[in-house]
Amino acid sequence: MSDDIILETRGLTKHYGGVHALEDADFVLQRGEHVAVVGDNGAGKSTFVRQITGVEQKTRGTVIFDGREVDFKGPLEAREAGIETVFQTLALADDLDVPDNIFLGRELFKVKLGPFSILDYKAMRQATLDGLQKTAVKIPNIRNTIRNMSGGQRQCVAIARTASFHSKLTIMDEPTAALGVQETAQVENIIRTLKAAGEPLILISHNMRQVFDLVDRIIVFRRGRICANLKKQETDPQDIVAYITGAKTGPEYMETAV
Amino acid sequence: MADSTQGTGGLTFDKSKRKWPNEINIFMALILIIVIFEALGQLLPYMNNQSLLFDTRDRFDSIFNEARLRIIILQVSIIGIIALGVTQVIISQGIDLSSGSIVGATAMITMSFAQTELVNGNPNPKAIFGPWAMDLPLLVPVLVGLFCGFIAGMINGFLIAYTRIPPFIATLGMMVSARGVAKWWSRGKPVSFPTEDYAWIGSGMMPVVWFVILAILFHLIMKYTVYGKHTYAIGSNEDAARMSGINVARHKVLIYTIAGMLAAFAAIILSSKNLTAQTGMGIMYELDAIAMAVIGGVSLTGGRGSIIGTVLGALIFGVIISGFTFLKLDAFYQEMVKGAIIVAAVVLDQWRQQRAAMKS
Repeated sequence: MSDDIILETRGLTKHYGGVHALEDADFVLQRGEHVAVVGDNGAGKSTFVRQITGVEQKTRGTVIFDGREVDFKGPLEAREAGIETVFQTLALADDLDVPDNIFLGRELFKVKLGPFSILDYKAMRQATLDGLQKTAVKIPNIRNTIRNMSGGQRQCVAIARTASFHSKLTIMDEPTAALGVQETAQVENIIRTLKAAGEPLILISHNMRQVFDLVDRIIVFRRGRICANLKKQETDPQDIVAYITGAKTGPEYMETAV
Repeated sequence: MADSTQGTGGLTFDKSKRKWPNEINIFMALILIIVIFEALGQLLPYMNNQSLLFDTRDRFDSIFNEARLRIIILQVSIIGIIALGVTQVIISQGIDLSSGSIVGATAMITMSFAQTELVNGNPNPKAIFGPWAMDLPLLVPVLVGLFCGFIAGMINGFLIAYTRIPPFIATLGMMVSARGVAKWWSRGKPVSFPTEDYAWIGSGMMPVVWFVILAILFHLIMKYTVYGKHTYAIGSNEDAARMSGINVARHKVLIYTIAGMLAAFAAIILSSKNLTAQTGMGIMYELDAIAMAVIGGVSLTGGRGSIIGTVLGALIFGVIISGFTFLKLDAFYQEMVKGAIIVAAVVLDQWRQQRAAMKS
């Protein structure tokens, strides 16, 4: 296996009882590559991501991450291995401010004293400012608690949190679904900075403009199976919609896809 | 690209945009309550223009009625120490009903190791153990007491963190069991006559000294250490805390253990102050401690509150109790109103939350 591959799945399958939510997904992600996962509702996109990040346990198949086979028992293990995920349901602590949330669970310390280690607020604040500056996220006052922020600002914090740590792989599940125009633009900016930093990304999105704007390659899911794997340059939005709706199927998937 | 996404906007620490700290509201409530009692002292015909906190009869050197001030802070100090632990528990979205019983059990056990051999030249009539346990160095009973709180708190923590039963149930069980231990320990008999060293811990204004030291210590811990940060995070969004890599179960064990040890320390001070330990010690203390925290702005839904708030809550609590005595109202009314105040504090907190949610 080549060193250029950060993530590979072979025959990844998930059945919920009799429902075949995901069937034999073979997928390869190169280092530094940004890939979009598209498909209709219930096509298996989120299921696919949940098997990789350990939120759910796969029925069968293999996941190879960073050169070795992995079997995450939970999202925390995946995170420790270097996979950062921005979930549709935001994982933020409402009563803490922005730096607290960004550094939650990986705080910077002035003095290390086990559970009573003294926090280095200044350094965390500065790092937060630097991080947000880089991603051009607008938040009026980072000392505000998350509770007092709009949905878009929250999403930006959640994503900035992902982006401020160099992870080996970032996964975003419809990061802009609930956002306004400006906020969407900010999130897209963050994704561009990830690209510039050479960090690979899996982006689940319904937004064709966004997909064509941001990623290198597009994977189409249909009824639990991958039905197309297309380079951005070789396709266009109409083409993708044809794959999503089942009007077309990639030649290499003719055997399996329905 | 549009300008709107460029730059960082007002990304500064705009002090004017910082939220009005809730502690100031609570402090103003304290002042308001004092003013109300002062006014009643002047207005009620049978009060003869007495003042609650000020020295109108020229009995003291300062302008304050020092005797009453001293009683107020002394009264709230011991339960206040319990409230410091309860505050941490409630911030983590838990509850601790066992602290009063832990006080009872710890007082009984601790006192047995703090007894003096001779009382007025005669053998100690309340001796629990033989001569080997008499006149032990001060450190022995203190460590025994803290160990009792450590064990009780840790059992609470383990039950809550690893069996996932609600904190209400786990600590309710401990409340009943620990009271049982208190009664079983000496078969219901009081334990009395401590050594002089032991009596020093709770003598005079020492309870206040301990309360202040512990309040400052835990204020710093909650504000500046990762322990405090994670306690707030767990109370705020437990799933987010877990996803962020915080060992939530271990942290909860730590929170309840600390709360247990603070209750135990309150028991040491109380038994030392009273020079005796009885099985009924600390009954209803858990509710008073919860009331102090809630009055002080600690939210029962978790994530919000502070040690400073709880200290102010304790003072409000003390002023109200003392104010009722000052107005010569029966103790029955005191209890009725105490209940109403707790409910009012929670209602006020919810109302404030809703208003904050509507603003954003």
